[in-house]
Amino acid sequence: MSKLVRVAAGQGFWGDWLEAPVRQVEGGPIDYLMMDYLAEVTMSIMQKQRSRDPSLGYARDFPPLMERILPAVVKRGVKVTSNAGGVNPHGCAERVVEGARRLGLAGQVRVGLVSGDDILPRLDELIAKGHELRDMDTGRPLADIRDRVVSANAYLGMAPVVDALDRGANVVITGRVTDTGLTLGPLVHEFGWPWDGWDLIAAGTVAGHIIECGAQCSGGNLLKDWKRVRGLENPGFPIVEGASDGTFVVTKHPRTGGVVSVASVTEQLVYEMGDPRNYITPDGVADFTTIRLAQQGRDRVRVSGIRGGPRTPMLKVSIAYSYGWKAVGTLVYAWPEAYEKAKRADAILRARLTDLGLRFEQVLTEFVGADATHGRLAGLPDPDAPEVQLRVGVRAREKAPVERFTREIAPLVLTGPPSVTGFAGGRPAVEEIVAYWPALVDRREIEPHVSVEILAG
Amino acid sequence: MAKRKPAGKRARPTRPPARRTIQLRWLAHARSGDKGNTANVGLIALEPELYPLLAREVTVARVRRHFRGMVSRVERFELPNLAALNFLLHDALDGGGTISLKTDAQGKVYSTALLRMEIPTPVSVARRYEGGRG
Repeated sequence: MSKLVRVAAGQGFWGDWLEAPVRQVEGGPIDYLMMDYLAEVTMSIMQKQRSRDPSLGYARDFPPLMERILPAVVKRGVKVTSNAGGVNPHGCAERVVEGARRLGLAGQVRVGLVSGDDILPRLDELIAKGHELRDMDTGRPLADIRDRVVSANAYLGMAPVVDALDRGANVVITGRVTDTGLTLGPLVHEFGWPWDGWDLIAAGTVAGHIIECGAQCSGGNLLKDWKRVRGLENPGFPIVEGASDGTFVVTKHPRTGGVVSVASVTEQLVYEMGDPRNYITPDGVADFTTIRLAQQGRDRVRVSGIRGGPRTPMLKVSIAYSYGWKAVGTLVYAWPEAYEKAKRADAILRARLTDLGLRFEQVLTEFVGADATHGRLAGLPDPDAPEVQLRVGVRAREKAPVERFTREIAPLVLTGPPSVTGFAGGRPAVEEIVAYWPALVDRREIEPHVSVEILAG
Repeated sequence: MAKRKPAGKRARPTRPPARRTIQLRWLAHARSGDKGNTANVGLIALEPELYPLLAREVTVARVRRHFRGMVSRVERFELPNLAALNFLLHDALDGGGTISLKTDAQGKVYSTALLRMEIPTPVSVARRYEGGRG
């Protein structure tokens, strides 16, 4: 049998289960551990942290996690790919190298550091050159909000990951590399796939998409027959066993919980999907209507048939900017007539906000237990509901009205409808809204700036 | 000549309708996610044999009607290979991402909101699937 490359997912987002990477490395043979940390707004959170402390700006739990797994990683010859670097991949890589030295593993850890995705320092230059960086959803040019931009990163693909691995890195740390690039990179490095072998690129991209959310493809958050999913106290995170022809099997370690089935993989395939024929990444375009799935045994799904097309001349850019302020206040009303009480409280609250002359871009009321998740589709509220939570959110461009709103929740307890509780948390927090501005930029403006350094441990 | 109904017609017991409406929850499973202010719902047939029924009955018009007042535009894409349909529900998330004030700011449970929809289903299929199969 020809060579198989096993890429295991260790984290599906920043905040995912901390034991997963450990169990992936120790629970059976794998070749790569892939850890995705970056969601759309994560970069802006990291940018904020970096502005307060220039040594931060990456996923802070990554270096200690690496220190925990490095001995096993080195011993078993596992390589790690991760975009934990956020807006400070250099700082992140240095912490990992320090950890390796503390463990006495200097010389056995070669960190590949990928940078060049951060275009915040180049924004004015790009705009001056005529790149408008229009919001892909609204069409507005970036100039409209230029002074409020917090972070700006181009999505890089698998190329720098492949480069780092080709140069002998066994830990690759990046900034805004696509989730899928962290899986595709190892496959391209191992199999020597050409960058323009579009079907293979698409196959590796689909493999990456399936495992990028961790256990969400292996029994976590699975709706079909959810009661029959067992063992989620020890969820088996997914592993891709890739072959050189672009086919692969999705599986998980033995003696782990969850399930890998056609249903579990299909649910993940359609997650956050747009036009299935055009799944666009920096590396190529995958056609999800060509994917074939087949159960190949217990917890093994074979994936084949994937076709793809050429990459586009543009790269997506993730820009975050200060938008305004928001707060959400809640109170719980008890039976009898819980919903009616909550509804009355909402009317009173709104009248007070109006009386105070407070202006909001949005005031949104939900009744948790009645309509919060499905709106009017949930039907008439149960008149006998044991309790209903009133949940009121406000949003404004200025901080002051939001601040004032947060002082209007608690008074309802003594000045509104009866049988109210659940205010022990105190005043709601005022949160700054850092919003997402997706744009496109010519890849020729980005690629020459991408760099791969090797830091030896 | 006066019209006369055939005598037997009234007397005959009403035949069961060939179709009746049942909720999608008995025919499909689903997962949803977000892209900005757009929610997507991937609707997956519980068995591949149910896909043609979903493709025929879960139309853009019906989904738009189902979500009226909650979303603006609806787009539909077909994935017969996965026995799935993908719907994009535009302007569904009060601005989406960090802007949204909704509990479900990222559209995670629009999936099950779609499963509330009812579609006309051949009685034989409805009998087999409604209520689950244990």
